[in-house]
Amino acid sequence: MSFFTVDSISLQFGGLKAVDSVSFSVAKGEIFTIIGPNGAGKTSIFNLISRLYNPTSGKLFFEGSDITEVPPHQIAKLGIARTFQNIELFENATMLANLLVGRHCHATTQLWQDMLFLPSVRRAEKEHRHKVEEVIEFLDLQAYREKLIAGLPYGVRKVIEVARALCSEPKLILLDEPSSGLNVEETDDMSFWIRDIRTELGITVLMVEHDMSLVNRVSDRVLALNYGKVLATGTPAEVQAHPDVIAAYLGA
Amino acid sequence: MRFIFKTDYDQDIRILKHGGYWWSYGILLAALIALPFLVGSYLQSQVVFVFIYAIVGVALMILTGFTGQASLGHAAFLAIGAYTAAYLQKLGVPFIVYFPAAAILTGIVGAMVGFPALRLTGIYLVIATIAFAFIVEEILARWESVTHGNEGMRVRTLDIVGMPLPRDGEAFYFLCLLTLVGSIVLALNLLRSPTGRAFVAIRDSETAGKSMGIDLAAYKVKSFAISAAITGLAGVLFAHKMTFISPEMFTLLLSIEFIMVIIIGGAFGVHGAVFGAIFIVMVDPFLTALKDDVPVLAASVASSFGMASDAAAKLRDTMSSIGSAAGLKGAIYGLIIMMFILFEPYGLYGRWLKVKLFFQLFPLYKKATFKRQKTYVKSERNR
Repeated sequence: MSFFTVDSISLQFGGLKAVDSVSFSVAKGEIFTIIGPNGAGKTSIFNLISRLYNPTSGKLFFEGSDITEVPPHQIAKLGIARTFQNIELFENATMLANLLVGRHCHATTQLWQDMLFLPSVRRAEKEHRHKVEEVIEFLDLQAYREKLIAGLPYGVRKVIEVARALCSEPKLILLDEPSSGLNVEETDDMSFWIRDIRTELGITVLMVEHDMSLVNRVSDRVLALNYGKVLATGTPAEVQAHPDVIAAYLGA
Repeated sequence: MRFIFKTDYDQDIRILKHGGYWWSYGILLAALIALPFLVGSYLQSQVVFVFIYAIVGVALMILTGFTGQASLGHAAFLAIGAYTAAYLQKLGVPFIVYFPAAAILTGIVGAMVGFPALRLTGIYLVIATIAFAFIVEEILARWESVTHGNEGMRVRTLDIVGMPLPRDGEAFYFLCLLTLVGSIVLALNLLRSPTGRAFVAIRDSETAGKSMGIDLAAYKVKSFAISAAITGLAGVLFAHKMTFISPEMFTLLLSIEFIMVIIIGGAFGVHGAVFGAIFIVMVDPFLTALKDDVPVLAASVASSFGMASDAAAKLRDTMSSIGSAAGLKGAIYGLIIMMFILFEPYGLYGRWLKVKLFFQLFPLYKKATFKRQKTYVKSERNR
């Protein structure tokens, strides 16, 4: 059984098949990219994986166990974290608070303990903070600890979202268009970080991306999608040379 | 400006972050402890009402300010706390039992109200909580064997293990102060722990919260339960302060007053609850004074400008009849809320922070610091 498998999954909104029996599997330690024109169903697949949508049919397997029926808030605990295409940070909180929310799936203290802030809570808080600091160091975010998200530029928010996902110590991270809205330099930084996430932290990366230069630089394998259907899977070069993919992007 | 050199994670966890906090809050606490021995009984009584409103404010702050779930049903929670106290006291249950019992019962009811909140958002949740408040009001009026219906219930003097705490005494004042400080500490503890962060996450983005592992249903119910339980405590104190409770004391207008507490105070921090409570308790005597004085003043100004004395008397009568018209208070409250939302969205506490920053940065303060920016980029909310 491979690390993460999507088995002929479909998602139907009324008469529209947003995702049409898509299957793929991701090996441990791989950087796997999903590409495709707008509306191809890329983000829908992510929402299926993070269980925000219920699939019409098909199954999801993570580390050999079926996660198709797992409620969305338990996905993070299993070790799957994600970012969002248009940034879903908690805007009226500091970066530190945002990253600490990323630790939520590791929270062990009960409500009454939190209310009294018992020594056990303090101990747990320090541990969470220590992990958060590691991520801050990894992504060079030291300057923004006490800053409110609402006052930070887009490029920084994008990195903070990756940081928040990393704080949950995932085994698989889903990056939804990590380079959208970033300039060339920031995209370069992002490509280094994506590779570091894999090589240094050993986290498997599954991402959706439009920027082909970024895709070529970091991906091990690419899956091309159009109208909810898989067009091709393979190395970046193979997929880009595939006639169906060229037809999807340029027209037949 | 104060720059703090941080060498320890505890510095960020602590509630009193640096020496300035110890000084300012220490002086405030000392002043509050000394207050009953310095001022007259009227002012002391008003301050007790400020405490009670502030306790409800803290409760509502947890629910509305932190979790983002609006409620116009908090008068009902207050009523449940008050009636639990009155009924249990009548049965001879001691205060040290019925005080927590009221909180627990109200908390359970709050959790039950929280369940519809899982599916309702925004204005629909507000309507649901109003409906809940009406149901409670109706039950209080009809369940005569327990609540004595519209006749109301007399509440005897508070009694802690044989020691009476009359409603105007210093001891009762300190009990209210202690409850307020306790609920504030509780709220601050929540804020610096995973539970409070989950609340704030739900307020800002439910979708992201869900994918970070926050069980929305559980935390919304928890927020409702905690908020209701604290309001229940306030209800017990309220019952003892009023010495008489009846269903018409816990109407929609009271719920609106509670919402005003946090809107006017500033719905983003615990300070706001206290600021708002001070405002609400002080605005009522102010309006009453205005009602009595303005018509007389207007008439005398008019007559000094040459208006005939019978016309001036007519003006005075017209103005005082407008002043005593039913529903005027509600209208003025509505106006105050609108003005605050439009011109001071961060409330009195926000204004306080702005003034403080002005002096900290003087002369470098720039107006744009607090300018509200519209964010247009919002992801599709996966509802």
